[in-house]
Amino acid sequence: MSFDVTFQEKKLKSVGTRPLRPDGVDKVTGRARYGADFNMPGQLVARVLRSPHAHARIVRIDTARAEALRGVKAVITAADLPDLTDGNASLFAVLDNCMARTKALYDGHAVAAVAAIDAKVARAALKLIKVEYEVLPHVVDVDEAARPDAPIINDQVFTKGVEPTPDTPSNVAARSEFGHGDVEAGFAKADVIVERSYKTEQTHQGYIEPHACVASCNADGTADLWVCTQGHFVYRQTCADLLGLEVSKLRVTSSEIGGGFGGKTHVWTEPVALALSRKAGRPVKLVMSREEVFRASGPTSATSIDIKIGATKDGKIAAATSTLRYTSGPYADTWAEIGAMTSFACYDLENVKTVGIEVVVNRPKVAAYRAPSAPMAAFAVESAIDELAHKIGMDAVEMRIKNAAKEGTRASYGPVYGPIGIGPTLEAARVHPHMSAPLGKNQGRGMACGFWFNFGGQTCTDLNISADGTVTLAVGTVDVGGARASLSLIAAEELGIAYDNIKAVVADTATLGYNDMTDGSRGTFSSSMATISAARNAIKVMRERAALMWDIPVEDVYWEEGQARAAGSKYGNLSPLSVKDIAAEAGNTGGPIAGHSELVADGAGVSFATHICDVEVDPETGATSVIRYTVIQDAGKAVHPAYVEGQYQGGAAQGIGWALNEEYIYGEDGRLQNPGFLDYRIPVCSDLPMIDTQILEIPNPNHPYGVRGVGETSIVPPLAAVANAVSNAVGVRMTHVPISPPRILAALHDQAGT
Amino acid sequence: MSAIAVSTIINGDDVEFLCQPDETLLDVLRNRLGLLGAKEGCGTGDCGACSTILDGRVVCACLVLGAEAEGRTIETIEGMAEGKELHPLQRKFIEHAALQCGICTPGFLVTAKALLEVNPDPTEAEIRFWLAGNLCRCTGYDKIVRAVQDAAREMRGEVA
Amino acid sequence: MFYERPQTIEDAVGMLARNVDNAFVLAGGTDLLVRMKRDDFDADLIVDIKAIRGMAEISETDGMFIIGAAVPCAALGEHQALKAAWPGVVEAANLIGSTQIQGRCTIAGNLCNASPAADSIPALVAAGARAKIVGPDGSRTVAVEEIPVGPGKTSLKPGELLEAIELPKPPPHSADAYLRFIPRTEMDIAVVGAAVNLTLDASGTVKSARVALGAVAPTVVLAEAAAQAIIGTKLEDDALDALAAACSAACNPIDDKRGTTTFRKHVAGVLGKRAARNAYDRAGGA
Repeated sequence: MSFDVTFQEKKLKSVGTRPLRPDGVDKVTGRARYGADFNMPGQLVARVLRSPHAHARIVRIDTARAEALRGVKAVITAADLPDLTDGNASLFAVLDNCMARTKALYDGHAVAAVAAIDAKVARAALKLIKVEYEVLPHVVDVDEAARPDAPIINDQVFTKGVEPTPDTPSNVAARSEFGHGDVEAGFAKADVIVERSYKTEQTHQGYIEPHACVASCNADGTADLWVCTQGHFVYRQTCADLLGLEVSKLRVTSSEIGGGFGGKTHVWTEPVALALSRKAGRPVKLVMSREEVFRASGPTSATSIDIKIGATKDGKIAAATSTLRYTSGPYADTWAEIGAMTSFACYDLENVKTVGIEVVVNRPKVAAYRAPSAPMAAFAVESAIDELAHKIGMDAVEMRIKNAAKEGTRASYGPVYGPIGIGPTLEAARVHPHMSAPLGKNQGRGMACGFWFNFGGQTCTDLNISADGTVTLAVGTVDVGGARASLSLIAAEELGIAYDNIKAVVADTATLGYNDMTDGSRGTFSSSMATISAARNAIKVMRERAALMWDIPVEDVYWEEGQARAAGSKYGNLSPLSVKDIAAEAGNTGGPIAGHSELVADGAGVSFATHICDVEVDPETGATSVIRYTVIQDAGKAVHPAYVEGQYQGGAAQGIGWALNEEYIYGEDGRLQNPGFLDYRIPVCSDLPMIDTQILEIPNPNHPYGVRGVGETSIVPPLAAVANAVSNAVGVRMTHVPISPPRILAALHDQAGT
Repeated sequence: MSAIAVSTIINGDDVEFLCQPDETLLDVLRNRLGLLGAKEGCGTGDCGACSTILDGRVVCACLVLGAEAEGRTIETIEGMAEGKELHPLQRKFIEHAALQCGICTPGFLVTAKALLEVNPDPTEAEIRFWLAGNLCRCTGYDKIVRAVQDAAREMRGEVA
Repeated sequence: MFYERPQTIEDAVGMLARNVDNAFVLAGGTDLLVRMKRDDFDADLIVDIKAIRGMAEISETDGMFIIGAAVPCAALGEHQALKAAWPGVVEAANLIGSTQIQGRCTIAGNLCNASPAADSIPALVAAGARAKIVGPDGSRTVAVEEIPVGPGKTSLKPGELLEAIELPKPPPHSADAYLRFIPRTEMDIAVVGAAVNLTLDASGTVKSARVALGAVAPTVVLAEAAAQAIIGTKLEDDALDALAAACSAACNPIDDKRGTTTFRKHVAGVLGKRAARNAYDRAGGA
């Protein structure tokens, strides 16, 4: 049955309300089971041995003594894993990151792993593995790595995207370019030009739950994996590809997930746990320590960005360029390209050019982090636009309104926008009481805009109607922040029944068709689309059953407010049949009633936000506190507004942490100095004010209820909003994130000439 | 190294267990007693996900040895509800959408309960500083603070 | 490895003396347990001192407060007389870690852990606190600043145990204050710490003062020139500026993940000034 995704304006009863989440009681009583909360009979404990060197050739690994230790059941190195050296390059990189084959490429890179009867034996075994390294020169800084004389990390990397392809290897893996118009001509017309370079340091998603899994490989080729992941179907495919398993024989169950933010879209230790289990013939539990999480999973790119923007006196941007250098860890990736695509996406520009430069470094492989690559680009661009507005003498909001993209604008990265929310969020900011609130001594206000693409992708949903008329909804997108509540609302809306009569679960890979990850803000967007489709399919079945029960043609049965009704006056005396009525008779009318849906959720609808931030800076110490913060963002349609607000607030908090204090700090030896929550400083409760939110609803034309993804955009503006606020408070432009107290104080002293 | 026999009271019940001398109370709760509500987010006392009440003071169970529990009284998240009746804080966390992923929630609840026992009418700042050792990466803390404020109001008998 | 919980201090000393090479004292455990989790940690014996009588108590004599080595820092904040007499020491102790850490950590442990950045040490030094030590050869009492001799290193001899911290009852018109700089509002290790303890005469002039700085050198710095800068003054602006300059000059910091040398020197002066003002106000200075 074809499914019409077009937005249709109608009054919604369930969608837009704020019911209690279905997994709430489990989560407040400690019963919800996360990655590390699962155990299997005969389970072993695994530990991973990691390189202490930022860059080193692995000369020899001697595991004999570890293998001989009583209680050790398996030891593996890369030699125990398939050799993908001459195969698919991206799969090779994924596996090489899980277990280094020839070289350790960063401090924390896995080189061996053990499975033993308990943690104590596993720890003792790790100490018995002898690794002989040949330490190589390393490079961790983005600008230093891009220099021609930098130590080469991978001699097979030749810069892609330049003509002709270089014949010497370098750490610049690729160059990409986007834009249109003639920027030189544009700059020639500009009255005022701002040209500046910016830097952002590497941050971590900082999910509170470390990666954890239990893997069990059986002798018959079947295997089970329990894991905290944002995408169990993708983990299944990746692990099967890496280890040569049959996809359908590997059953992956996603546990409750204790935060991911993109970091749990990549496999880290899961293939290692499976390989250990396969070798040991027993289930294996592998839980990363917090130190391992920081050293060897998920950071975002460190960046170095050059911006040039020119405008005429009336505030109209005449031309804009950006060059963005992003680290990707030791393997080539496309993070700078994404940054280049997003950098000017908020604006309607005649002449624009953006260049992305991918740089490999001796740091952990970069993983997605909430609107990956966009916050750094927005920091640079929104800082420059703020400065431009100051130079022209124009209000920062007015300047942005004058240049904002709108329906029909050709984005700097190519597409032409449909109805979008950048203009409305700016208009809302202009009149928001926050904008006119008085500021005290040492206080400053900043604002900034942000963009994110959003994503749809492959989605599959089952909706089963039980004999008592209650409904189970099985979805395949992992619930990272309340999606089961939102999807239950969607099913309730479509079926016309009460929210409480629906139980939503995340199905495992054996019980539902393939689903892409919960990434790209797609969870609620795409699974709601599939849920609507599944519900409509179930309604079709229920109409047929009602027709049978009434013995009338199905064309004369229509569905309204959760009931089958007979159309026309000739059936005037037939009382409507509820879901419960129809379900009770299912056994006599054709068996179980269900609705299924498989689709590719296209048309995710781009997302925009405007943030306003007030800070107070102690001019004697550089200490900064955020004293007021407002998020204004387009949700398309807020399905469960409380959890939409939660996404806005959570993204803002992560962005504030990034702006002020969070950073990976490396020593001269290339080792990470702060792999823990003590010195990797994410915001604590007393660091933040209440975070005000304003939800705008500009319907996405490609979703029946107008829903857009809401998860990621909220992390895009804060770096710039905070930087602009600090710069306005202290009178010095801050160009290096995080804007930590020593950096602020140094900038103030430079300005004072002391 | 040989195991130590420990007798203690957990959530009002007499509990006996054996543990290794270097084993933490968190490992004992999770791996020996099946009390999986306390989570290990860091193992170094920096995240508060394993917050547990020991003789009336909230502590990180990852920084207590199992052997230290001898003769002492322990309260965990599993003991917070009275049977089927949720504690007001538990209800208010759900009502205010004060959790997203929920991994930090047990720790926040245990810590907030300890706060309201010593300070039934805390200011926003008092709540924020008391909870500063409990990290949440999802919510930005806004709804958590509101849930604690609302629960405190209800527990003081004020109409919400 | 063994875990022991002796009932008497003699037993504890005996155990430590028999395992001088590799025994550790467990009080609050907030530093020790973190170390125990490291793969390279190795110990023969852990001696838990919390069951020793009096160890977890704060007692008071006519002349002093005696804080047992196992008293959690949270208990300091709950002791009204101590808080009134030594507000700076108590605020320093109550800045260590989180609510959860407060329920366990001790100032004796903070002292013996000998971190350059320990919050309670500058306040204890400024207050003129003394440490009562027991060992195989009997007991001795020393000024607290004699305990840490380098990062992670103390002057305690093999088999010795810190039994209590003694704080004198302050003379009239006295007060202390402690301030630290951290990038966040909580949960950080001090980048700079400054403690000031002063006594005023009837006219509000500073009669005596002690200024101590943390996290700016391998061990706590007793900044005597900084104290001299305010003695005989009513904290006029030039006196405070001189104090700040003396604090900055007394620093011998390093660049590390928590702060730069320049930053630490500058902020030591700022905090010294602010702590002096706080102490002065508390002491009743106008």
